[in-house]
Amino acid sequence: MAEQNSQSDTSDDGTDAHKITARNVNVFYDDKQAIDDVSIDVDMENVTAFIGPSGCGKSTFLRTINRMNDTIPSARVEGEIKLDGKDIYDPSMDVVQLRARVGMVFQKPNPFPKSIYDNIAYGPNIHGLAANKAELDIIVERSLQRAGLWNEVKDRLSDSGTALSGGQQQRLCIARAIAVDPEVILMDEPCSALDPIATAKIEELIHELRGKYAIIIVTHNMQQAARVSQRTAFFHLGNLVEFGVTSDIFTNPQKTRTQDYITGRYG
Amino acid sequence: MTNSGNKHTLSAFDEEMDKIRSLISEMGSRAESAVEGAMKALLTNDMKLAKKIRHEDKIIDKLEKEVERIIVQTIALRAPMADDLRELIAAIKISAVIERIGDYSKNIAKRVGHLKTEDFLSDNNALQRMGEIAGEMVSTAMESYAKRDIDLAIAVTRRDDDVDQLYKELFVDFVGFIAKHPEAAQEVAHLLFISKNLERIGDHSTTCAGMIYFTETGENLPDD
Repeated sequence: MAEQNSQSDTSDDGTDAHKITARNVNVFYDDKQAIDDVSIDVDMENVTAFIGPSGCGKSTFLRTINRMNDTIPSARVEGEIKLDGKDIYDPSMDVVQLRARVGMVFQKPNPFPKSIYDNIAYGPNIHGLAANKAELDIIVERSLQRAGLWNEVKDRLSDSGTALSGGQQQRLCIARAIAVDPEVILMDEPCSALDPIATAKIEELIHELRGKYAIIIVTHNMQQAARVSQRTAFFHLGNLVEFGVTSDIFTNPQKTRTQDYITGRYG
Repeated sequence: MTNSGNKHTLSAFDEEMDKIRSLISEMGSRAESAVEGAMKALLTNDMKLAKKIRHEDKIIDKLEKEVERIIVQTIALRAPMADDLRELIAAIKISAVIERIGDYSKNIAKRVGHLKTEDFLSDNNALQRMGEIAGEMVSTAMESYAKRDIDLAIAVTRRDDDVDQLYKELFVDFVGFIAKHPEAAQEVAHLLFISKNLERIGDHSTTCAGMIYFTETGENLPDD
């Protein structure tokens, strides 16, 4: 298990404070091991950043949390990942429901080729979250508000989502994830295709969403990890090398591999 | 977590860090000579040497400005993290305290020629001893900086108590001397200021040692 700089396992009242607990997780693609015995806890109060060089396993591990690896035939997951104490790999787990509870935002904005309104309404519709059009309108507005996009699109909800700028599209995708009222949002390099202004808006949005959802962000940009997260996990060669308070990781990491990576002395 | 010794992927970053280290070492070396020279000038009433020390202070001031300029540039361009960040923050503080050590040496040198109580001065082993210890503290702090040696940094802080104790003793001696020889009050006041300058040099050497310890460990120096 990785070194933990400082993180309590329980809340003040002694109950288990973690939204997600992963224990001894191994992931294989055929015979190749991509994740090696990773254990980590993620809570609601803090944004958690996964950092590490390409191929370190951070995205692979992220995708185990909403079972996205199920879509890859060669992928095999061992170990235990619990959401609110329930094993998400238990055969009784409804994967569609799981992915509604654990939303995901990808590197490249991927709005549906539908209207802005329909992009947001799609999830609530298929999950039956709205009884009528009025309720759906409320969900759409609330989701766009939370994603900081409402004021920019409220007068053109019938326009295509793909007509928005890259940054707006990514916030639309976040609004789409929020619309089904998830508990966890996974973000896989959500700003890597965006300019600095659009990136800053997403980062501000992450800050505003903190506490409402358990947020995990995979990023290659260490300054971004430092800016948006309160916990940082450093992955290397499939191992979780170090996990701790972000300010500690970036000022005084405990492992040489972490230090060499974040100071630019890697390979 | 100390420096792994591995090079940065960006070699220009290493070159900037080396430049900063080299400038700070030069500042330290000049400050060390300035403390020693100021005390020597004082004890031998050497006006020429005193003038040289005053000039040396100006060079140290210029070096500090250059160090500060490169550090600000490096922080802006390299976005340093972890031990790099700690080293740069420490370097700003270390260069500032070395600059102050240069100032105090200059202040001591400025008093050369204003003192007629040579007998009192040459008999006063405590002041000489203070000068020696303060000089050694500067020297050890800079050796600690060059070698990244936290044991030497701790050794510097331990000597600060000796300097403080000597200052307290001298203060009592000087006040007593003024009471008995009020006509010498002005000259003894000079000596009092000199002892205070040496005490401050000890403090600044301790600050420098603390920053070296912080750079290497990420922690503040323990109190004792």
